[in-house]
Amino acid sequence: MNDLAIDLRGVSKKYKFFSLDKVDIQVPRGQVMGLIGPNGAGKSTTIRILMGLVHQDQGEVRVLGRRMPEEQIAAKWDIGFSSEDLRLYEAMTLEWHMAFVRSVYSTWDQQYANLLLKRFGLRAEQKMKGFSHGQRVKAALLLVLARRPRLLVLDEPTTGLDPVARHEILRELMGAMADEERTVLFSSHNTQDVEQISDQITFIDRGRVIDSFDKETYLDRWRRLRLEVPPGIDLPALPGVIAVKQQGRIAIATANAFEPDLPNAYERTGARVNRVENMTLEEIFVANVEHSREEVNA
Amino acid sequence: MGHSFIISQSDKRPMYLQIIEQIKQRIAVGDWIPGQQIPSIRQLAVDLEVSIITVKRAYLELEREGIIQTRHGKGSQVAQAGDLGSRLREAELAQHLEQVAKLGTMMGLGFGDLEERLRAATDQVFDKELK
Repeated sequence: MNDLAIDLRGVSKKYKFFSLDKVDIQVPRGQVMGLIGPNGAGKSTTIRILMGLVHQDQGEVRVLGRRMPEEQIAAKWDIGFSSEDLRLYEAMTLEWHMAFVRSVYSTWDQQYANLLLKRFGLRAEQKMKGFSHGQRVKAALLLVLARRPRLLVLDEPTTGLDPVARHEILRELMGAMADEERTVLFSSHNTQDVEQISDQITFIDRGRVIDSFDKETYLDRWRRLRLEVPPGIDLPALPGVIAVKQQGRIAIATANAFEPDLPNAYERTGARVNRVENMTLEEIFVANVEHSREEVNA
Repeated sequence: MGHSFIISQSDKRPMYLQIIEQIKQRIAVGDWIPGQQIPSIRQLAVDLEVSIITVKRAYLELEREGIIQTRHGKGSQVAQAGDLGSRLREAELAQHLEQVAKLGTMMGLGFGDLEERLRAATDQVFDKELK
């Protein structure tokens, strides 16, 4: 088997008001991929395509080595999928759902399921209609995790959760990663979650992948430079810098391809570099989306 | 496992640097001794709930500095250097001094001023410890 758990190449899908345009995403086995992008960027469509729920117009999709959507039945034994619109039966208890999943999947791990019930603070004998949003999300995740699938695909697993529930879910996701054969792809617009647990990050905006990198390299490429510009000096456009905001003598330069020599390059122009700062994924997210939209509109 | 590492989002430094610093601290105070086996990259990532690639980067950096050693299939250990703890403290002191020198220069302070300030700070620490 090849070493990619997920392999999307040139995937396109056209809708009336939205299209996914030649999306490429590769996720190596044993890693966590965070898919981020604004609302309506195409995250859920991408996930539905890789689950075989929506068929692409063009492009190749392989999940755990199987072609999608053609081989989706075989692939799905090993995939745990959970999304916001996942339907659970309101009139049935969590125990009923657990028994159902157990009857279908021979890999079901009852001990782990019991442990998750405790950690998530859920009651198996309670009917779904009595569950809060957070409890539903956790119940859905329990049903998926206890199967111990090799690949977890989670659409917005932490959206709308309180900090404690979010933390519980991130902890279980990382717990699942103790097995080096396991792979996780999750989408989120919570950049904090993505920054914390992802090995790989893919940025999607308006149906296109605007960046895809391993997280450490990616965060390392971005820097914010705080500059002091003496009167009479014009800051030149330097390579790797995508935006400069200047007001009076103070300027802030944002670099998306930072090189150690960049501060010196500014100093050589006569400006003074007061500080070079790392950026959070949230700050990068905003700067990146703004920059890529400017490029498209230019 | 209770590693008592804290990875904070309010800390401006990247997560891998926070991990490096906390590992160095454990070695500097003698909690982790030379030759001791330390958690595998994957295990520490799971325990800290941070990405594997982040812990990997921290370990690579620590290896490059000769603070830990990783052998294929055997995991990682604190390096066998007798004076590792004091070397780490020495490096920390050098770093702080450099900061002082930089700030001092920026504020236009002379060497005499800095010396005076350092003496006052040292007195303060002694006073506190006597109490």
